Amino acid sequence: MIPHPASNIHIQDFCLSYQERQIFKDFSLNMKNGKWNVLLGRSGVGKSSLLTAIAGLLPPESYQGTIKAVDGSVLSGKISWMTQDALLLPWLNVLENILIGNRLRQLSGTDAISEIKAKSLLADLGLEPFMEMKPENLSGGMRQRTALARTLLEDRPIVLLDEPFSALDAVTRTEMHDLTFRYLSDKTVVMITHDPLEALKLADIIYILKGPTITNVEILTPSNTAPRNIKNERLLEEHDTLMKQLSDNETLS
Amino acid sequence: MIKVFRPFIILAGLLFVWQMLVYITEAPPYILPDPLAVFEALFQRLDTLISHAGITFLEIILGFLIGSLLGCCSALILTTVKSARDWLTPILVITQSLPVFALAPILVLWLGYGLPSKVAMAVLIIYFPVTAAFYDGLRRTPKDWQALAQVMGAKPLAFLLHVRIPLALPSLSSGLRVAMATAPIGAIVGEWVGSSEGLGYLMLHANGRMQIDLMFAALLILSIMAVSLYLITDHLLHRLLQYLSLDDHKTR
Repeated sequence: MIPHPASNIHIQDFCLSYQERQIFKDFSLNMKNGKWNVLLGRSGVGKSSLLTAIAGLLPPESYQGTIKAVDGSVLSGKISWMTQDALLLPWLNVLENILIGNRLRQLSGTDAISEIKAKSLLADLGLEPFMEMKPENLSGGMRQRTALARTLLEDRPIVLLDEPFSALDAVTRTEMHDLTFRYLSDKTVVMITHDPLEALKLADIIYILKGPTITNVEILTPSNTAPRNIKNERLLEEHDTLMKQLSDNETLS
Repeated sequence: MIKVFRPFIILAGLLFVWQMLVYITEAPPYILPDPLAVFEALFQRLDTLISHAGITFLEIILGFLIGSLLGCCSALILTTVKSARDWLTPILVITQSLPVFALAPILVLWLGYGLPSKVAMAVLIIYFPVTAAFYDGLRRTPKDWQALAQVMGAKPLAFLLHVRIPLALPSLSSGLRVAMATAPIGAIVGEWVGSSEGLGYLMLHANGRMQIDLMFAALLILSIMAVSLYLITDHLLHRLLQYLSLDDHKTR
């Protein structure tokens, strides 16, 4: 893969309410260039809202504050997005699915993502034998792998991961962790998760989001470099710390 | 295998019940003719029946095609044009709350005794279920897909064509099934109100002349036609969805 100039994310004075509940208030955060940034928080705390805001999916009138790259440029067009659901189109085969960007942007010829590139990526990801298969014949892990291939082909500097591993079984999840980490190493990654262990395994920096109204984050920088062995003692200590920090929340709310 | 024969078994059962009913109630032939008399009428008047059935068939098919096409177009307009939604939805509801049968005499008055008034009747009956079903399907594009398309910078038209319409096909196909099941009603009602050909006309005509056996023969042909049309539509739609891996609402 060609290294892409990575991009950082600058959130300034972000305020967001949802159904009379203020989720974010004067929230500011700088996410590091070319790193794995993990937003960790309990279910319903507002991490998904933050991610959708970064992705530019919230209408501008629904929130206050700015979300931009540090140089002030807008983020749209620099982002790709991967969710828990692989979002594959059931009537297209794997190859057609990962090249869906061409159809959706109506690109052809030299502007389009090349099929050769797509095929070689599929080979790298071990999906070559399944290239002609439709998603219904693939396992959950294979589907998520296909989604990863589609995300990579989009070749954007920022990758947003919306709990992409939470529907997978333990073994597949570990495989996907390693695979995703390897392929996204040159990107600015923002991943949300509620699993402290997953965060500790992959993150360069962990931001802990605590409700009911999020005004700032607690930052934890795990020792060693990712991906980490989850049996490491330091990591287990940090896991305890994280669990404690997350559960503090309960007594407050 | 039993699936193929089931309709025939049901049909045979119904015929048996019919015969028993005639036998038990001793109904005179001008109230309820026995199946044999009906089959006799069927074979004696086969030419007449078939030519009338052809007319009704044409009305049903044309009504179905035009009604479905109009329904699909309306659903697409409702989905893509925001202001159309606000203006058209009330009109749709008003037209639908009007009993379509009440419109039949007006349609005959305007469009004459021939084919157009019957086709219009069928179109009116079909239009709403198709529009409603397809529009509903189009509105239910999964949120995650909308998000993904937006992040990917999808062109709205391309997104509609490559994602939203295919994902709405299961909904559309249930609308089309309803349409095919109700299209004969439109055609027959149209014929009853004013016509000089078609099975509905023939039944009314035979009824007036106490040719009850002929009336039942026409009814028989009509039901066979309606059921076959429905089954064929159902089968084709099922095959299409299967081909697209969209059957059983597998959308992921």
